Amino acid sequence: MSAPADVLSGSQRPASPVVAIPFARRLYWLVRRELWEFRSLYIGPFAAAVLTVIGGFFAAVKLPGKLHAAAALSAADQIRIVQDPYNFAALLLMLATFLLSVVYCLEALYSERRDRSILFWKSQPVSDTLTVLSKAFIPLIFLPLYTFVLTVAVQIAMVLMSVVSLTLSGVGTSLLWAGLPLLNMWTGILFHLITVHSLWYAPFFGWFLFISAYARRVPLLWATLPVLALALIERMAFGTSNFLMFVLRRFGGNDSDPPYPANTMTHGPMGSGTVGHLMHPDILFSPGLWTGLAVTAIFLTLAIRLRRVREPH
Amino acid sequence: MPCIEARDLRKSYGATQALAGVNLRVEEGRILGLIGPNGAGKTTALNAMLGLISYSGELRVLGRNPWTERELLMRDACFIADVAVLPRWLRVCDALDFLAGTHPRFNRSRAQDFIARTTIPRTARVRELSKGMVVQLHLALVMAIDASLLVLDEPTLGLDILFRKQFYDSLLNDYYDRSRTILIATHQVEEVQHVLSDVLFMDRGRVVFEASMEDVESRYVEVLVGAEPLAAARALHPIAERPLFGRTALLFDRVDRAQLEPLGEVRTPGLADLFIAVMENQPGRAASAPGHAPRRAEGALA
Repeated sequence: MSAPADVLSGSQRPASPVVAIPFARRLYWLVRRELWEFRSLYIGPFAAAVLTVIGGFFAAVKLPGKLHAAAALSAADQIRIVQDPYNFAALLLMLATFLLSVVYCLEALYSERRDRSILFWKSQPVSDTLTVLSKAFIPLIFLPLYTFVLTVAVQIAMVLMSVVSLTLSGVGTSLLWAGLPLLNMWTGILFHLITVHSLWYAPFFGWFLFISAYARRVPLLWATLPVLALALIERMAFGTSNFLMFVLRRFGGNDSDPPYPANTMTHGPMGSGTVGHLMHPDILFSPGLWTGLAVTAIFLTLAIRLRRVREPH
Repeated sequence: MPCIEARDLRKSYGATQALAGVNLRVEEGRILGLIGPNGAGKTTALNAMLGLISYSGELRVLGRNPWTERELLMRDACFIADVAVLPRWLRVCDALDFLAGTHPRFNRSRAQDFIARTTIPRTARVRELSKGMVVQLHLALVMAIDASLLVLDEPTLGLDILFRKQFYDSLLNDYYDRSRTILIATHQVEEVQHVLSDVLFMDRGRVVFEASMEDVESRYVEVLVGAEPLAAARALHPIAERPLFGRTALLFDRVDRAQLEPLGEVRTPGLADLFIAVMENQPGRAASAPGHAPRRAEGALA
């Protein structure tokens, strides 16, 4: 029977009419649900941000001395001294949330089967599709945006500390403002988080979510061993490592892969002196990005299917 | 239209047939007990009805196909799988928020009223609650949903007798309104006996007995006979017999009470006695009565 969503069930029971709950509201509560279950999703990055601010405090204290010692160096080098802690802070937070995303994805569809609470969630009028999408929402949308907000907050705190430190030491803040085009930096970070951490890495998250729905135990092994096994077979059969290199290149750090803004990984998200390295509009037109998104869609479809057909226990 | 209708419902796990062709029909407003030994297929049948597993055969629950329309079905059907399934990290108040945000038939203030009657703290997590409180919480959540069908699978497993009694009391007094249908799978027969309107026994994936409780009470008679009238009593074709305190308890189906009264002490058997008699008469199980398979109560549920 293909009844429209708002028609009552066939029962003769005079039940109260169903007021359909809007999609956005249901998604909101499903995402809230994820944050209730995995509190580390917001506590973890927040803790990393606090640590970064503490590190930034020491960097701010040392900054006047460093600039003093570098007085003879070129302006570009001095600017780099100003910028380095900011690059490092952004990098640290991105790394922390990326690792958290992986851990989360591996648990997301596995934990509900492990503790059998899936039987409770399936007693709710929420489809498997919406459930899986709400879980994919976390690494693809929530964590990148949350990382952005935290990075901006951390960098503002670092700027304030640097201003106080430079003013107190009498060095002056002109070099600070020259080295920190804040709005450009933040635009670049946001662009990088969306294009790389969300869109470019999406197939990783899709794969981990699929494994999370698939594995009967130890999803981490299921997620990694097949990749390693495939790499090993390729190595033994053909003496090459193309598959492993492909995966690693996707993760980043290899300059030979043009569509990927690799130097943002090797030189820090702010690049060296300009924000140009972060703003790679090219990435949006690269076949690699779109192929990756298609692969992500396949993994998520498989995860939805598995959540539907996997039987309790 | 019946609330649940199954025709030749089958499900196999490898070589094991969990459901070997189940036919059943549950009318709206009934409280049906699904009773069977471990491995009889009760949970498999319920899982099929709730859209949790695939199956073959025909199955309609509230007019829907549970496997393809689980999401829609769950607006009108609720279930409590067993005591362990509320996620341990969930806070009571968050559970209320979540259901209010996702379930179109959930009435939050009703759930709060039910919870207020218990000692469950509003901000506690499920892991901090006792087993009994978790069941109370789950029942409060479910009773606040204006559903047409409630399915309970061993809902009181592991609870003490006070909680069990309380559970069924609130189910009957606060929830059941003669238009809702309730399905209870259990093997604690005595406990549900007074709650049910209908009963269905399952064994090895099949329905082996079904009747309304009225039928059970009017049709079945147990007689305690001494050694002398035993032969006369056996001539009336009891469906089961068992020794009891030096006498023999014989169970009769549709035998006139007036005929039985001269033979010994006549009483109405408990559901448990009937269950054992029916099970022991199943082919392949040790039979205690001389070969009289119980006749099914034709059409009792129809």
